[in-house]
Amino acid sequence: MNWQAIFPLVIILIIIFGVGIWASRYVRGSSSFMQDYFLGGRSMGGFLLAMTMTATYGSASSFIGGPGTAYTEGLGWVLLAMTQVVTGYFVLMILGKKFAVVTRRYKAVTMVDFLKSRYRSKWVVLFSALSIIIFLFSAMAAQWIGGARLLESLIGIDYTTALVIFALSVLIYVTIGGFRAVALTDAVQGSIMFLGTLVLLIAVIIAGGGIPFIISDLHTENPNLITPYGAEGTLSPAFVSSFWILVGVGVVALPQITVRAMAYRDSRSMHRAIIIGTIVVGFIMLNMHLIGVFARPILPGIEIGDQVMPLIALEVMPAWLAGVVLAAPMAAIMSTVDSLLLLVSSTIVKDVYLNYVRPDAPHNRVKWLSISITAVLGVIVFFMALNPPDLIIWLNLFAFGGLEAAFIWPIILGLYWSKGNKYGALASMITGVGLYILSDSFFPQPLGLHSVVLPVILSFFAYVFVSLATQKKAAGI
Amino acid sequence: MSTKDLEKDRYLNKVANREALIGVGIAIFNFIWWYAFAYGLGSKDPSEYTYVFGLPAWFFYSCVLGFIVISIVVIFVVKQFFVEIPFEEEKENE
Repeated sequence: MNWQAIFPLVIILIIIFGVGIWASRYVRGSSSFMQDYFLGGRSMGGFLLAMTMTATYGSASSFIGGPGTAYTEGLGWVLLAMTQVVTGYFVLMILGKKFAVVTRRYKAVTMVDFLKSRYRSKWVVLFSALSIIIFLFSAMAAQWIGGARLLESLIGIDYTTALVIFALSVLIYVTIGGFRAVALTDAVQGSIMFLGTLVLLIAVIIAGGGIPFIISDLHTENPNLITPYGAEGTLSPAFVSSFWILVGVGVVALPQITVRAMAYRDSRSMHRAIIIGTIVVGFIMLNMHLIGVFARPILPGIEIGDQVMPLIALEVMPAWLAGVVLAAPMAAIMSTVDSLLLLVSSTIVKDVYLNYVRPDAPHNRVKWLSISITAVLGVIVFFMALNPPDLIIWLNLFAFGGLEAAFIWPIILGLYWSKGNKYGALASMITGVGLYILSDSFFPQPLGLHSVVLPVILSFFAYVFVSLATQKKAAGI
Repeated sequence: MSTKDLEKDRYLNKVANREALIGVGIAIFNFIWWYAFAYGLGSKDPSEYTYVFGLPAWFFYSCVLGFIVISIVVIFVVKQFFVEIPFEEEKENE
């Protein structure tokens, strides 16, 4: 075991627990449990809002997988990753104010709440809830596997033990603290990511003998590594540009992001969050993926992409500092998992149970149910991560693209186009999800684009045409 | 809703719509900057590349400078054009 690296990691986990327990005091004394547990009582300031959005988004896929792919593909992959800068301002500029006004009026706490009040349709709600539960549950299981793998390689314990440690730390603070705890720890984790990637990038540049030296090494090894086209020349402009939708503007439709866009205190917090979020997202993405590319001449021949970050950190820094820096990806995974867990449990309790099973459930029962369902979900995910079924892995591939294809137009047009109605929303969701899964299975890159692009475009037309065609029918009800 | 509420509603919607359009505008500008420098300067043979601070020029202008420019644009736009509006119900929640 690598004790020097474990020590800082444990300290970070203790800080995170402390924050969770501290935050839970608010939840217990609160009069509106739902708002507090799932939304933190709409109390977030600008810094907190920016950090929680960044940390939720900068998940295992971008922190562990991203640098690994950049290591293989070169600067072209950094170019692709920089499409994410847009999320920093776009999400809040598009959803921000309108969402704040509308969700406060509807007293909406989740994205499904908003859709329910906007479209007044049982089918829209149930279809949305189902998509969220299926897609996010799979995404969550995949994140747990990633978290456990990281612990496994960092401290040299077996996978099962690593998974137990990971699961316990996530479950304890998410069940007691709720959204406020998650948002607060996101701020700690976002800050670690910000500083950690900077320190690591500097250490890597020094170890590689300076940027010009590293770049000329890469050029000598394979000139494609310093072009925008990837190591094999396979990253076409159309494909890379598609990521503007998948990880850029499309992010407005991810439920874990939208829930944050309604949780802030006032418009000043939102303005600050736009500025901080843009800078933090861009900074982390640029540094993190450059680390992956620059690691190549220093540590050539790493076969498994996920190992690039831990190995390069241990190579260029003292073990204790590597432990601190590697707490960042750990933190990223944990915060993603936490918010997904809360989201799935809020979908079950609030959107399904309270809407259709027992609308008059007493306060205490709802509270008890929320906490226990969150815990039960955690346990189920744990067992799935122990021995992951193929179905989960398959569904996870579709998770983010599928949610974007389902929700982007029902949310955006629901906010900005008064003629949109429930028929349009349903048509758009079914078109989006259906075409996405079909296209991804049978035509992986239509017209050289990523498979999420066409479903998003077609579901727009489905929404508009069906809404217009059913104006009379919708008005008659 | 009273007339006063309706008027307030109309005002809030106007502000929200304008700011959303600004967001779309910045995103389009961001995309063009990112795309034009990356593929405009990056499509020649790597042996003909020029370098800025040791990085290939396409990468520096598209990803590093582009990020800095977008951050400045965002700061400027938010400070200059974004309106602080009160949300309903804030008093209730306090």
